[in-house]
Amino acid sequence: MSQSADFTLCELAIVAAAEAWRGNGEVIASGIGVAPRIAAGLAKLTHSPDLLLTDGEAYLVEEPVPLGPRGDHHTGFAGWMPYARMFECLWRGNRHSMTTPTQIDRWGQSNLSCIGDFRKPKTQILGPRGFPGNSINHANSMFAPAHSPRVFVEGEVDMVGSAGYNPARWIAGVRRDYVDLRIIVTDLCVMDFGAPEHAIRVASLHPGVSFEQVQAATGFPLLKAGDMRVTPAPSAAQLEIIRRLDPHDLRAAVIRGNPPGVRKPA
Amino acid sequence: MNKTVTAAEAVARLRSGMTLGIGGWGARRKPMTLVRELLRSAISDLTVVSYGGPDVGMLCAAGKVKKLVYGFVSLDAIPLEPHFRKAREAGAIEARELDEGMLQWGLRAAAMRLPFLPTRVGLATDVMTYNPEFRTIRSPYADGEVLLAMPAIHLDAALVHVDYADRLGNTQILGPDPYFDDLFARAAEHCFVSCEHFVDRLDLARSDAAKANFFERYLVTGVVHAPFGAHPTSCAPNYGWDMDHLKRYCAGAAEENGWARYASEFLSGTEADYQAEVGGAERIGKLPIAAL
Repeated sequence: MSQSADFTLCELAIVAAAEAWRGNGEVIASGIGVAPRIAAGLAKLTHSPDLLLTDGEAYLVEEPVPLGPRGDHHTGFAGWMPYARMFECLWRGNRHSMTTPTQIDRWGQSNLSCIGDFRKPKTQILGPRGFPGNSINHANSMFAPAHSPRVFVEGEVDMVGSAGYNPARWIAGVRRDYVDLRIIVTDLCVMDFGAPEHAIRVASLHPGVSFEQVQAATGFPLLKAGDMRVTPAPSAAQLEIIRRLDPHDLRAAVIRGNPPGVRKPA
Repeated sequence: MNKTVTAAEAVARLRSGMTLGIGGWGARRKPMTLVRELLRSAISDLTVVSYGGPDVGMLCAAGKVKKLVYGFVSLDAIPLEPHFRKAREAGAIEARELDEGMLQWGLRAAAMRLPFLPTRVGLATDVMTYNPEFRTIRSPYADGEVLLAMPAIHLDAALVHVDYADRLGNTQILGPDPYFDDLFARAAEHCFVSCEHFVDRLDLARSDAAKANFFERYLVTGVVHAPFGAHPTSCAPNYGWDMDHLKRYCAGAAEENGWARYASEFLSGTEADYQAEVGGAERIGKLPIAAL
Protein backbone atom coordinates (compact mmCIF):
# COMPACT_ATOMS: atom_id res chain seq x y z
CA MET A 1 0.00 0.00 0.00
CA SER A 2 1.43 3.35 -0.91
CA GLN A 3 1.45 6.18 1.57
CA SER A 4 0.38 9.48 0.14
CA ALA A 5 2.12 11.51 2.79
CA ASP A 6 5.80 11.63 3.59
CA PHE A 7 5.30 11.97 7.32
CA THR A 8 3.61 9.71 9.81
CA LEU A 9 0.70 10.47 12.09
CA CYS A 10 3.04 10.14 15.06
CA GLU A 11 5.38 12.74 13.59
CA LEU A 12 2.43 15.09 13.09
CA ALA A 13 1.39 14.49 16.72
CA ILE A 14 4.96 15.10 17.94
CA VAL A 15 5.05 18.49 16.20
CA ALA A 16 1.64 19.33 17.72
CA ALA A 17 2.84 18.17 21.14
CA ALA A 18 5.94 20.36 20.94
CA GLU A 19 3.59 23.36 20.78
CA ALA A 20 2.64 22.67 24.42
CA TRP A 21 5.95 24.20 25.53
CA ARG A 22 5.97 27.22 23.17
CA GLY A 23 6.69 30.39 25.08
CA ASN A 24 7.06 28.62 28.44
CA GLY A 25 10.44 30.23 29.12
CA GLU A 26 12.81 28.65 31.62
CA VAL A 27 10.94 25.60 32.91
CA ILE A 28 11.84 21.93 32.89
CA ALA A 29 10.09 20.33 29.93
CA SER A 30 9.40 16.75 31.01
CA GLY A 31 8.17 14.71 28.08
CA ILE A 32 7.54 11.28 29.55
CA GLY A 33 7.36 8.45 27.04
CA VAL A 34 8.67 8.26 23.48
CA ALA A 35 6.54 10.86 21.66
CA PRO A 36 6.38 13.46 24.47
CA ARG A 37 10.14 13.21 24.97
CA ILE A 38 10.86 13.77 21.27
CA ALA A 39 8.36 16.64 21.35
CA ALA A 40 10.11 18.34 24.28
CA GLY A 41 13.44 18.08 22.46
CA LEU A 42 11.88 19.44 19.28
CA ALA A 43 10.41 22.39 21.20
CA LYS A 44 13.81 23.25 22.64
CA LEU A 45 15.60 22.96 19.30
CA THR A 46 13.03 25.11 17.47
CA HIS A 47 10.75 27.67 19.08
CA SER A 48 11.60 27.40 22.79
CA PRO A 49 15.38 27.31 23.35
CA ASP A 50 15.11 28.49 26.98
CA LEU A 51 13.59 25.17 28.11
CA LEU A 52 15.52 22.89 30.47
CA LEU A 53 15.62 19.17 29.72
CA THR A 54 16.90 16.11 31.56
CA ASP A 55 18.65 13.02 30.27
CA GLY A 56 15.77 10.87 31.55
CA GLU A 57 17.93 9.77 34.47
CA ALA A 58 19.38 12.37 36.83
CA TYR A 59 21.10 15.13 34.87
CA LEU A 60 20.11 18.41 33.23
CA VAL A 61 21.14 18.79 29.60
CA GLU A 62 21.18 21.73 27.18
CA GLU A 63 20.94 19.49 24.12
CA PRO A 64 18.21 16.85 23.93
CA VAL A 65 19.50 13.31 24.44
CA PRO A 66 18.54 11.05 21.49
CA LEU A 67 16.42 8.04 22.44
CA GLY A 68 17.90 4.58 22.87
CA PRO A 69 21.44 3.32 22.32
CA ARG A 70 23.62 6.12 20.98
CA GLY A 71 27.08 4.65 20.46
CA ASP A 72 29.78 7.12 21.31
CA HIS A 73 27.44 10.09 21.33
CA HIS A 74 27.80 11.90 24.64
CA THR A 75 25.64 14.75 25.82
CA GLY A 76 27.25 17.10 28.32
CA PHE A 77 25.54 17.63 31.65
CA ALA A 78 24.59 21.15 32.74
CA GLY A 79 23.44 20.18 36.19
CA TRP A 80 22.40 17.42 38.53
CA MET A 81 18.70 16.66 38.91
CA PRO A 82 18.14 13.60 41.11
CA TYR A 83 14.55 12.88 42.12
CA ALA A 84 14.92 14.84 45.36
CA ARG A 85 15.65 17.98 43.36
CA MET A 86 12.93 17.17 40.85
CA PHE A 87 10.37 17.37 43.65
CA GLU A 88 11.83 20.70 44.75
CA CYS A 89 11.48 21.94 41.18
CA LEU A 90 7.98 20.71 40.61
CA TRP A 91 6.54 21.74 43.99
CA ARG A 92 7.77 25.23 43.15
CA GLY A 93 6.01 25.08 39.79
CA ASN A 94 9.03 25.31 37.45
CA ARG A 95 7.98 22.47 35.19
CA HIS A 96 5.61 21.53 32.40
CA SER A 97 5.20 17.82 31.93
CA MET A 98 3.46 15.73 29.30
CA THR A 99 2.41 12.20 30.23
CA THR A 100 0.32 9.40 28.73
CA PRO A 101 -2.46 8.54 31.20
CA THR A 102 -4.54 5.38 30.85
CA GLN A 103 -7.78 7.31 31.40
CA ILE A 104 -8.70 11.00 31.08
CA ASP A 105 -12.05 12.53 32.02
CA ARG A 106 -13.99 15.67 31.06
CA TRP A 107 -12.48 17.55 34.02
CA GLY A 108 -8.92 16.76 32.93
CA GLN A 109 -8.49 14.31 35.80
CA SER A 110 -6.38 11.34 34.82
CA ASN A 111 -5.46 7.86 35.98
CA LEU A 112 -2.37 5.68 35.86
CA SER A 113 -3.21 3.45 38.84
CA CYS A 114 -5.79 0.84 38.03
CA ILE A 115 -8.92 0.00 36.05
CA GLY A 116 -11.98 -1.07 37.97
CA ASP A 117 -12.57 -1.06 41.72
CA PHE A 118 -9.49 0.15 43.55
CA ARG A 119 -9.81 -2.48 46.28
CA LYS A 120 -9.67 -5.37 43.82
CA PRO A 121 -8.93 -3.87 40.43
CA LYS A 122 -9.65 -5.52 37.13
CA THR A 123 -6.26 -4.29 35.93
CA GLN A 124 -3.54 -2.86 38.12
CA ILE A 125 -1.26 -0.46 36.28
CA LEU A 126 1.55 1.54 37.92
CA GLY A 127 0.19 3.60 40.78
CA PRO A 128 -0.27 7.38 40.92
CA ARG A 129 3.46 8.02 40.29
CA GLY A 130 3.89 11.82 40.31
CA PHE A 131 0.40 12.64 39.02
CA PRO A 132 -1.08 14.18 42.20
CA GLY A 133 1.96 16.41 42.74
CA ASN A 134 2.42 17.39 39.11
CA SER A 135 -1.23 18.29 38.64
CA ILE A 136 -1.56 20.54 41.68
CA ASN A 137 1.77 22.32 41.20
CA HIS A 138 2.63 23.05 37.58
CA ALA A 139 1.55 23.05 33.95
CA ASN A 140 0.56 19.69 32.49
CA SER A 141 -0.29 18.37 29.06
CA MET A 142 -1.30 14.90 27.98
CA PHE A 143 -0.66 12.53 25.11
CA ALA A 144 -3.18 9.87 24.07
CA PRO A 145 -2.04 7.73 21.13
CA ALA A 146 -5.30 5.72 20.91
CA HIS A 147 -8.22 8.14 21.19
CA SER A 148 -11.26 6.12 22.30
CA PRO A 149 -14.04 6.15 24.88
CA ARG A 150 -11.93 3.75 26.96
CA VAL A 151 -9.34 6.50 27.38
CA PHE A 152 -11.70 9.50 27.35
CA VAL A 153 -14.19 8.03 29.77
CA GLU A 154 -17.81 9.04 30.29
CA GLY A 155 -17.72 9.65 34.05
CA GLU A 156 -14.74 10.18 36.32
CA VAL A 157 -11.57 8.16 35.76
CA ASP A 158 -11.44 5.01 37.93
CA MET A 159 -8.72 6.32 40.24
CA VAL A 160 -8.23 10.09 40.18
CA GLY A 161 -4.45 10.46 40.22
CA SER A 162 -4.15 13.88 38.58
CA ALA A 163 -6.29 16.64 40.04
CA GLY A 164 -8.35 18.54 37.49
CA TYR A 165 -11.22 20.97 37.19
CA ASN A 166 -13.98 18.92 38.85
CA PRO A 167 -15.45 21.31 41.45
CA ALA A 168 -16.81 18.41 43.50
CA ARG A 169 -13.23 17.30 44.25
CA TRP A 170 -12.12 20.60 45.79
CA ILE A 171 -12.86 21.30 49.44
CA ALA A 172 -13.09 24.87 50.72
CA GLY A 173 -9.79 26.58 51.46
CA VAL A 174 -7.66 24.43 49.17
CA ARG A 175 -5.64 26.39 46.65
CA ARG A 176 -6.53 25.28 43.17
CA ASP A 177 -5.13 28.11 41.07
CA TYR A 178 -1.88 26.22 40.46
CA VAL A 179 -3.78 23.61 38.43
CA ASP A 180 -2.87 24.46 34.86
CA LEU A 181 -3.91 21.96 32.20
CA ARG A 182 -2.75 22.94 28.74
CA ILE A 183 -3.29 20.58 25.82
CA ILE A 184 -4.14 16.97 25.00
CA VAL A 185 -2.60 15.58 21.81
CA THR A 186 -4.19 12.43 20.44
CA ASP A 187 -4.05 10.41 17.23
CA LEU A 188 -7.17 12.29 16.07
CA CYS A 189 -6.81 15.86 17.26
CA VAL A 190 -5.44 18.45 19.67
CA MET A 191 -7.71 19.53 22.51
CA ASP A 192 -7.41 22.24 25.13
CA PHE A 193 -9.26 23.43 28.23
CA GLY A 194 -10.26 26.78 26.76
CA ALA A 195 -14.05 26.51 26.97
CA PRO A 196 -16.01 28.04 29.89
CA GLU A 197 -15.20 26.37 33.22
CA HIS A 198 -12.18 24.74 31.59
CA ALA A 199 -14.34 22.38 29.54
CA ILE A 200 -12.42 20.44 26.91
CA ARG A 201 -12.68 21.64 23.33
CA VAL A 202 -11.14 20.56 20.06
CA ALA A 203 -8.48 23.06 19.02
CA SER A 204 -7.41 21.31 15.83
CA LEU A 205 -8.32 18.20 13.85
CA HIS A 206 -5.60 16.09 12.30
CA PRO A 207 -5.78 16.01 8.47
CA GLY A 208 -8.69 13.93 7.23
CA VAL A 209 -10.40 13.68 10.65
CA SER A 210 -13.86 15.14 11.30
CA PHE A 211 -15.17 16.62 14.54
CA GLU A 212 -17.91 13.96 14.54
CA GLN A 213 -15.26 11.25 14.41
CA VAL A 214 -13.52 12.73 17.46
CA GLN A 215 -16.82 13.08 19.30
CA ALA A 216 -17.71 9.45 18.57
CA ALA A 217 -14.38 8.36 20.05
CA THR A 218 -14.89 10.41 23.24
CA GLY A 219 -17.02 9.43 26.23
CA PHE A 220 -18.13 12.98 27.01
CA PRO A 221 -19.43 15.90 24.95
CA LEU A 222 -16.78 18.03 23.26
CA LEU A 223 -16.89 21.63 22.17
CA LYS A 224 -15.28 23.19 19.11
CA ALA A 225 -12.80 26.01 19.47
CA GLY A 226 -14.02 29.13 17.63
CA ASP A 227 -10.94 28.96 15.45
CA MET A 228 -10.80 25.16 15.15
CA ARG A 229 -8.35 24.37 12.39
CA VAL A 230 -6.41 21.53 10.85
CA THR A 231 -3.28 20.45 12.76
CA PRO A 232 -0.29 21.75 10.79
CA ALA A 233 1.88 19.27 8.90
CA PRO A 234 5.51 18.96 10.03
CA SER A 235 8.05 20.97 8.09
CA ALA A 236 11.10 19.33 6.54
CA ALA A 237 13.26 20.91 9.23
CA GLN A 238 11.05 19.56 12.01
CA LEU A 239 11.09 16.06 10.49
CA GLU A 240 14.87 16.18 10.28
CA ILE A 241 15.11 17.03 14.00
CA ILE A 242 12.62 14.30 14.93
CA ARG A 243 14.67 11.73 13.02
CA ARG A 244 17.85 12.92 14.72
CA LEU A 245 16.26 12.72 18.21
CA ASP A 246 14.84 9.24 17.53
CA PRO A 247 17.47 7.46 15.40
CA HIS A 248 16.03 3.99 16.11
CA ASP A 249 12.51 5.01 15.03
CA LEU A 250 10.96 4.08 18.38
CA ARG A 251 8.15 6.46 17.40
CA ALA A 252 6.97 3.94 14.79
CA ALA A 253 5.47 1.87 17.65
CA VAL A 254 3.64 4.76 19.36
CA ILE A 255 0.45 4.79 17.27
CA ARG A 256 -0.96 1.44 16.27
CA GLY A 257 -0.06 0.55 12.68
CA ASN A 258 2.13 3.68 12.36
CA PRO A 259 -0.31 5.28 9.88
CA PRO A 260 0.56 8.15 7.53
CA GLY A 261 -0.01 11.70 8.72
CA VAL A 262 -2.74 12.46 6.22
CA ARG A 263 -5.68 10.08 6.43
CA LYS A 264 -7.64 9.27 3.32
CA PRO A 265 -11.20 10.54 3.77
CA ALA A 266 -13.37 7.64 5.03
CA MET B 1 33.13 -0.76 66.61
CA ASN B 2 32.25 -3.30 63.96
CA LYS B 3 28.79 -3.32 62.35
CA THR B 4 29.57 -6.11 59.91
CA VAL B 5 26.87 -8.78 59.75
CA THR B 6 25.83 -11.44 57.27
CA ALA B 7 22.60 -11.09 55.33
CA ALA B 8 21.13 -13.88 57.46
CA GLU B 9 22.12 -12.07 60.67
CA ALA B 10 20.52 -8.86 59.40
CA VAL B 11 17.28 -10.61 58.48
CA ALA B 12 17.29 -12.39 61.86
CA ARG B 13 16.80 -8.95 63.38
CA LEU B 14 13.49 -8.52 61.52
CA ARG B 15 10.11 -9.81 62.68
CA SER B 16 6.78 -10.65 61.13
CA GLY B 17 4.38 -7.72 61.20
CA MET B 18 7.09 -5.07 60.89
CA THR B 19 6.99 -2.00 58.67
CA LEU B 20 9.92 -2.30 56.30
CA GLY B 21 11.28 0.40 54.00
CA ILE B 22 13.25 -0.66 50.92
CA GLY B 23 15.56 1.81 49.16
CA GLY B 24 16.33 2.13 45.44
CA TRP B 25 13.85 2.99 42.71
CA GLY B 26 11.99 0.58 40.40
CA ALA B 27 14.60 -1.72 38.89
CA ARG B 28 17.51 0.35 40.21
CA ARG B 29 19.85 -0.29 43.14
CA LYS B 30 17.50 -2.47 45.14
CA PRO B 31 18.98 -4.36 48.14
CA MET B 32 18.13 -7.69 46.51
CA THR B 33 20.56 -9.87 48.47
CA LEU B 34 18.74 -8.77 51.62
CA VAL B 35 15.34 -9.19 49.93
CA ARG B 36 16.30 -12.73 48.87
CA GLU B 37 17.32 -13.53 52.44
CA LEU B 38 13.93 -12.23 53.56
CA LEU B 39 12.28 -14.45 50.95
CA ARG B 40 14.13 -17.46 52.39
CA SER B 41 12.93 -16.62 55.92
CA ALA B 42 9.63 -17.36 57.67
CA ILE B 43 8.94 -13.63 58.16
CA SER B 44 5.54 -12.50 56.86
CA ASP B 45 2.69 -10.07 57.44
CA LEU B 46 4.89 -7.14 56.45
CA THR B 47 4.01 -3.56 55.68
CA VAL B 48 6.37 -2.67 52.85
CA VAL B 49 7.21 0.94 51.91
CA SER B 50 8.98 1.25 48.57
CA TYR B 51 9.45 2.97 45.25
CA GLY B 52 8.70 -0.51 44.06
CA GLY B 53 10.46 -2.84 41.67
CA PRO B 54 11.13 -6.60 41.82
CA ASP B 55 11.64 -6.26 45.60
CA VAL B 56 7.91 -5.60 45.92
CA GLY B 57 6.89 -8.09 43.24
CA MET B 58 8.86 -10.93 44.82
CA LEU B 59 7.64 -10.20 48.35
CA CYS B 60 4.06 -10.08 47.04
CA ALA B 61 4.51 -13.33 45.11
CA ALA B 62 5.88 -15.01 48.24
CA GLY B 63 2.83 -13.89 50.23
CA LYS B 64 4.87 -11.85 52.69
CA VAL B 65 3.09 -8.52 52.20
CA LYS B 66 0.03 -7.52 54.19
CA LYS B 67 0.10 -3.85 53.31
CA LEU B 68 1.99 -1.98 50.62
CA VAL B 69 2.78 1.75 50.68
CA TYR B 70 4.01 2.89 47.24
CA GLY B 71 3.99 5.54 44.55
CA PHE B 72 4.45 2.95 41.80
CA VAL B 73 5.70 -0.56 41.22
CA SER B 74 7.56 -0.97 37.93
CA LEU B 75 10.56 -2.69 36.37
CA ASP B 76 11.30 0.41 34.24
CA ALA B 77 12.07 -1.21 30.88
CA ILE B 78 9.24 -3.63 31.69
CA PRO B 79 6.72 -1.01 32.84
CA LEU B 80 4.24 -3.31 34.58
CA GLU B 81 5.38 -5.55 37.46
CA PRO B 82 3.38 -8.77 36.89
CA HIS B 83 3.66 -10.31 40.36
CA PHE B 84 2.58 -7.07 42.01
CA ARG B 85 -0.32 -6.78 39.55
CA LYS B 86 -1.39 -10.31 40.29
CA ALA B 87 -1.46 -9.63 44.04
CA ARG B 88 -3.44 -6.41 43.52
CA GLU B 89 -5.91 -7.99 41.10
CA ALA B 90 -6.49 -10.84 43.56
CA GLY B 91 -7.20 -8.28 46.28
CA ALA B 92 -4.43 -9.98 48.27
CA ILE B 93 -2.74 -6.87 49.67
CA GLU B 94 -3.91 -3.70 51.34
CA ALA B 95 -2.77 -1.00 48.91
CA ARG B 96 -1.82 2.48 50.08
CA GLU B 97 -1.04 4.42 46.92
CA LEU B 98 0.77 7.72 47.33
CA ASP B 99 2.18 10.32 45.02
CA GLU B 100 5.97 9.74 44.72
CA GLY B 101 6.61 13.08 46.38
CA MET B 102 4.22 12.35 49.26
CA LEU B 103 6.09 9.16 50.04
CA GLN B 104 9.39 10.97 50.57
CA TRP B 105 7.53 13.70 52.45
CA GLY B 106 6.13 11.13 54.91
CA LEU B 107 9.60 9.61 55.35
CA ARG B 108 10.99 13.11 55.90
CA ALA B 109 8.41 13.80 58.63
CA ALA B 110 9.43 10.59 60.39
CA ALA B 111 13.10 11.48 59.89
CA MET B 112 12.55 14.82 61.66
CA ARG B 113 10.40 13.29 64.43
CA LEU B 114 7.39 15.32 63.26
CA PRO B 115 3.83 13.93 63.21
CA PHE B 116 3.22 15.27 59.70
CA LEU B 117 4.39 17.70 57.06
CA PRO B 118 2.00 19.93 55.12
CA THR B 119 1.64 19.70 51.36
CA ARG B 120 -0.86 20.40 48.61
CA VAL B 121 0.00 17.12 46.93
CA GLY B 122 -2.76 14.53 47.06
CA LEU B 123 -5.60 17.00 47.54
CA ALA B 124 -8.49 16.71 45.05
CA THR B 125 -7.40 13.17 44.11
CA ASP B 126 -8.33 9.63 45.14
CA VAL B 127 -5.13 9.40 47.16
CA MET B 128 -7.31 10.98 49.87
CA THR B 129 -10.11 8.46 49.24
CA TYR B 130 -7.92 5.39 49.58
CA ASN B 131 -5.85 6.67 52.50
CA PRO B 132 -8.87 7.45 54.65
CA GLU B 133 -6.80 8.31 57.73
CA PHE B 134 -5.28 11.34 55.98
CA ARG B 135 -6.41 14.70 57.37
CA THR B 136 -6.21 18.29 56.24
CA ILE B 137 -4.98 21.23 58.30
CA ARG B 138 -5.65 24.95 57.97
CA SER B 139 -2.67 27.30 57.87
CA PRO B 140 -2.65 29.33 61.11
CA TYR B 141 -1.35 32.35 59.18
CA ALA B 142 -3.22 35.03 57.28
CA ASP B 143 -3.51 32.90 54.12
CA GLY B 144 -5.69 30.33 55.92
CA GLU B 145 -4.93 27.78 53.20
CA VAL B 146 -6.14 24.22 53.72
CA LEU B 147 -3.35 21.68 53.22
CA LEU B 148 -2.91 17.95 53.50
CA ALA B 149 -1.13 16.87 56.68
CA MET B 150 1.01 14.06 55.29
CA PRO B 151 1.54 11.72 58.25
CA ALA B 152 5.02 10.53 59.15
CA ILE B 153 5.92 7.11 57.72
CA HIS B 154 7.76 5.37 60.56
CA LEU B 155 9.80 2.32 59.60
CA ASP B 156 10.83 -0.47 61.94
CA ALA B 157 13.69 -1.21 59.59
CA ALA B 158 15.11 -0.01 56.28
CA LEU B 159 17.12 -2.00 53.74
CA VAL B 160 19.34 -0.15 51.28
CA HIS B 161 22.11 -1.12 48.87
CA VAL B 162 25.15 1.12 48.37
CA ASP B 163 28.44 1.01 46.50
CA TYR B 164 30.84 1.31 49.41
CA ALA B 165 30.49 0.80 53.13
CA ASP B 166 32.93 0.41 55.98
CA ARG B 167 33.03 -1.43 59.28
CA LEU B 168 31.72 1.65 61.12
CA GLY B 169 28.63 2.05 58.93
CA ASN B 170 29.87 4.86 56.69
CA THR B 171 28.52 4.57 53.14
CA GLN B 172 29.00 5.94 49.63
CA ILE B 173 26.51 5.83 46.75
CA LEU B 174 28.15 6.36 43.35
CA GLY B 175 25.18 6.02 41.03
CA PRO B 176 23.58 8.98 39.27
CA ASP B 177 20.77 9.27 41.84
CA PRO B 178 20.79 8.44 45.56
CA TYR B 179 16.97 8.29 45.34
CA PHE B 180 15.57 8.52 48.89
CA ASP B 181 17.83 5.99 50.59
CA ASP B 182 18.89 8.69 53.05
CA LEU B 183 15.29 9.25 54.12
CA PHE B 184 14.59 5.53 54.41
CA ALA B 185 17.60 5.34 56.76
CA ARG B 186 16.43 8.38 58.73
CA ALA B 187 12.82 7.19 59.05
CA ALA B 188 13.84 3.77 60.40
CA GLU B 189 14.62 2.43 63.85
CA HIS B 190 17.26 0.26 62.24
CA CYS B 191 18.88 0.46 58.83
CA PHE B 192 20.69 -2.48 57.27
CA VAL B 193 23.02 -1.58 54.44
CA SER B 194 24.35 -4.00 51.87
CA CYS B 195 27.35 -2.90 49.83
CA GLU B 196 29.14 -3.77 46.59
CA HIS B 197 32.52 -3.03 48.15
CA PHE B 198 33.48 -3.33 51.79
CA VAL B 199 36.45 -1.46 53.24
CA ASP B 200 37.67 -1.19 56.79
CA ARG B 201 37.66 2.63 56.88
CA LEU B 202 36.21 4.86 54.16
CA ASP B 203 38.04 7.90 55.56
CA LEU B 204 41.31 6.11 54.85
CA ALA B 205 40.32 4.32 51.64
CA ARG B 206 38.12 6.84 49.80
CA SER B 207 38.43 10.24 51.41
CA ASP B 208 38.14 12.00 48.05
CA ALA B 209 34.66 10.55 47.47
CA ALA B 210 33.16 11.76 50.77
CA LYS B 211 30.50 13.77 48.88
CA ALA B 212 29.02 10.41 47.86
CA ASN B 213 28.06 9.89 51.52
CA PHE B 214 24.34 10.71 51.94
CA PHE B 215 23.56 9.65 55.51
CA GLU B 216 25.46 9.35 58.77
CA ARG B 217 26.72 6.11 60.24
CA TYR B 218 24.69 6.54 63.47
CA LEU B 219 21.68 5.59 61.29
CA VAL B 220 23.26 2.29 60.27
CA THR B 221 22.74 -0.80 62.41
CA GLY B 222 24.38 -3.42 60.22
CA VAL B 223 26.64 -3.60 57.16
CA VAL B 224 26.43 -6.61 54.84
CA HIS B 225 29.12 -7.16 52.22
CA ALA B 226 27.05 -8.21 49.21
CA PRO B 227 28.88 -7.87 45.86
CA PHE B 228 26.32 -7.81 43.03
CA GLY B 229 23.73 -7.50 45.76
CA ALA B 230 21.39 -5.41 43.59
CA HIS B 231 21.03 -8.09 40.91
CA PRO B 232 18.72 -8.38 38.93
CA THR B 233 18.30 -4.61 39.37
CA SER B 234 20.96 -2.18 38.21
CA CYS B 235 23.76 -0.71 40.25
CA ALA B 236 25.23 2.02 38.05
CA PRO B 237 28.08 2.62 37.44
CA ASN B 238 28.93 -1.03 38.27
CA TYR B 239 26.39 -3.01 36.26
CA GLY B 240 23.02 -2.67 34.55
CA TRP B 241 19.79 -4.53 35.19
CA ASP B 242 19.57 -8.13 34.00
CA MET B 243 16.78 -7.97 31.44
CA ASP B 244 16.97 -11.69 30.63
CA HIS B 245 16.56 -12.59 34.26
CA LEU B 246 13.78 -10.05 34.82
CA LYS B 247 11.91 -11.51 31.83
CA ARG B 248 12.34 -15.01 33.23
CA TYR B 249 11.02 -13.79 36.60
CA CYS B 250 8.08 -12.01 34.94
CA ALA B 251 7.14 -15.04 32.84
CA GLY B 252 6.49 -16.94 36.06
CA ALA B 253 3.56 -14.66 36.90
CA ALA B 254 1.59 -16.04 33.95
CA GLU B 255 2.36 -19.71 34.70
CA GLU B 256 0.76 -22.08 37.15
CA ASN B 257 3.13 -22.29 40.15
CA GLY B 258 5.45 -19.95 38.26
CA TRP B 259 6.67 -18.22 41.40
CA ALA B 260 7.24 -21.54 43.19
CA ARG B 261 9.36 -22.70 40.25
CA TYR B 262 11.33 -19.45 40.27
CA ALA B 263 11.88 -19.77 44.02
CA SER B 264 13.02 -23.38 43.82
CA GLU B 265 15.35 -22.58 40.95
CA PHE B 266 16.89 -19.39 42.36
CA LEU B 267 16.16 -19.11 46.08
CA SER B 268 16.51 -22.61 47.48
CA GLY B 269 20.27 -22.35 48.00
CA THR B 270 22.65 -19.71 49.25
CA GLU B 271 23.38 -16.33 47.69
CA ALA B 272 26.50 -17.88 46.14
CA ASP B 273 24.28 -20.53 44.55
CA TYR B 274 21.98 -17.78 43.28
CA GLN B 275 24.85 -15.93 41.66
CA ALA B 276 26.15 -19.12 40.05
CA GLU B 277 22.63 -19.83 38.77
CA VAL B 278 22.35 -16.40 37.10
CA GLY B 279 25.71 -16.64 35.36
CA GLY B 280 28.23 -15.74 38.01
CA ALA B 281 30.02 -12.57 39.03
CA GLU B 282 31.74 -12.21 35.68
CA ARG B 283 28.44 -12.11 33.78
CA ILE B 284 26.70 -9.77 36.25
CA GLY B 285 29.66 -7.41 36.26
CA LYS B 286 29.38 -7.06 32.48
CA LEU B 287 25.64 -6.36 32.30
CA PRO B 288 25.42 -3.13 30.30
CA ILE B 289 23.82 -0.04 31.78
CA ALA B 290 20.73 0.74 29.71
CA ALA B 291 20.69 3.90 27.59
CA LEU B 292 17.36 5.58 28.19
